Amino acid sequence: MNLQIEDKGAAVLLAVQEERLDAHNSGDLKNHMLKLFEEGKSNLVVDLQAVRFVDSSGLGALVSGFKNASSRNGNLKLSGLQLQVKSMFELTRLHRVFEIYTDSSEALASFQQ
Amino acid sequence: MITDRIAVDIKVPNQTRYLCLIGHIGENIARTLRNYSGDRDKLAYDLNLVLTEAMANAIQHANVDDPTKEVHIEILLVEQRLIIRVFDFGQGFDVEQYLEPRHPLEEHGRGIYLINTIMDEVSYQTTEVGHVLEMVKNL
Repeated sequence: MNLQIEDKGAAVLLAVQEERLDAHNSGDLKNHMLKLFEEGKSNLVVDLQAVRFVDSSGLGALVSGFKNASSRNGNLKLSGLQLQVKSMFELTRLHRVFEIYTDSSEALASFQQ
Repeated sequence: MITDRIAVDIKVPNQTRYLCLIGHIGENIARTLRNYSGDRDKLAYDLNLVLTEAMANAIQHANVDDPTKEVHIEILLVEQRLIIRVFDFGQGFDVEQYLEPRHPLEEHGRGIYLINTIMDEVSYQTTEVGHVLEMVKNL
């Protein structure tokens, strides 16, 4: 999967550079997040600005990351959701689970407060 | 009024790399349909999603990730009824237990719920060689 990972201090930014986050590549995202957790990171921002399609398995990978972050007293926040992608979070009620920001700089700033 | 008939019949290897191809076919059908007055962008996403979910289910749960197997997909448009059938040649799975929404913190099992939410009719039947997940949407 094409993913840009950048340590921003208060949190690690993972920018998904794929049009689709689905059963083909969501396992990769999950593994990248697990590696960060193993390295001691617990605050993540997953930026989905480039993603125009998410399926249930993509949502599952994000839920897995969220639970892992929470269990380490951290958080996983989302940014840059396109309209249709946001609808998926609403349909599955996941918009109540995740903190969702318009862009990654807002999401990163929320970790610094 | 002209009512178009569409029949697409496709077989692809039992591999997730083909999800994108199948999803895009659904999306393109939504954009090409004649006589559709609803939100085309939403329909395009929905058809992409149901095809992706149904095929991923067939790959992972019915054909159990065996890359030598095939997934067979039929898409039919007959008199404003869009019928999608996804055939698998494996052991199948219990569709009933996935029809209700999952707890938000569950990682798996949302695919069939999403299909059931988007489509008007959903059934999973046994065939001579496997199973077929049939999904119908009235356009």
